[in-house]
Amino acid sequence: MSAHGTIPVLRIGSTLLASIQVELRDTIADAFQEDILDTIAKTGATGLVIDITGLEIVDSYVARVLANTGRMATLMGTDTVVVGMRPVVAATLVRMGFRMEGVRTALDVDGGLALVSDLLARRHSGG
Amino acid sequence: MEPRVVSSENVVVASEDDIVLARRKVRLLAEKLGFDPFTIAAITTATSELCRNIYVHAARGTTLVEEIATAGRSGIRAEFRDEGPGIADIGRVLAGGYSTAKSLGLGVSGSKRLVDEFRIETIVGHGTVITVVKWKRPT
Repeated sequence: MSAHGTIPVLRIGSTLLASIQVELRDTIADAFQEDILDTIAKTGATGLVIDITGLEIVDSYVARVLANTGRMATLMGTDTVVVGMRPVVAATLVRMGFRMEGVRTALDVDGGLALVSDLLARRHSGG
Repeated sequence: MEPRVVSSENVVVASEDDIVLARRKVRLLAEKLGFDPFTIAAITTATSELCRNIYVHAARGTTLVEEIATAGRSGIRAEFRDEGPGIADIGRVLAGGYSTAKSLGLGVSGSKRLVDEFRIETIVGHGTVITVVKWKRPT
């Protein structure tokens, strides 16, 4: 199954912005991961911002897919930031014992875009 | 004192769509009972984890969603029942260290941390019944 059309991915300069607005079933989450990695390869994006403002719940499976997507994109050389996690989602994941290891987060899309461009600037300055 | 069952609804869990359906039912009930957002997220997420547990390990099962009440409070009780392989090392599963291809090993242990009451009965080769309760927080 493809997530095309289900989860829109916008291109802003060399950064991709994926905004998840649908309730995620496991197969859609898996398809999203594959699609986003394909899109990175095709576009050569240097940054990826995943906006999860639309998600009312994030269970351990979806959290793992998001974290893995971030780690995979980072391995490909694309700085990834997950943004827009709702307070109740953050509280629930921490209470469950889930650590979003290896993934950067920011409060909102603006913060995520700023962080991505910071990371890129640091890379270019060799810092 | 055993709480009174106000309403009760059964969801067959045999596909991913059923997982979504079960957690929607729980969310709607929690909203109807006036649960706060954190409590709604906790019981909805626990439902998602435990339904997936059924789907992944037993392929099918049922979820019974009940509104319960005592003299002073209202709550949600959810029972997740399957006739799957059962859990051999229940201590390890509850400790959260038991991960499989489709889970982090946080499904059962994480759910336990999200609810007020948690009971698990499992017989290897016969199945598993997990019952959780979440009470409305006093306002």
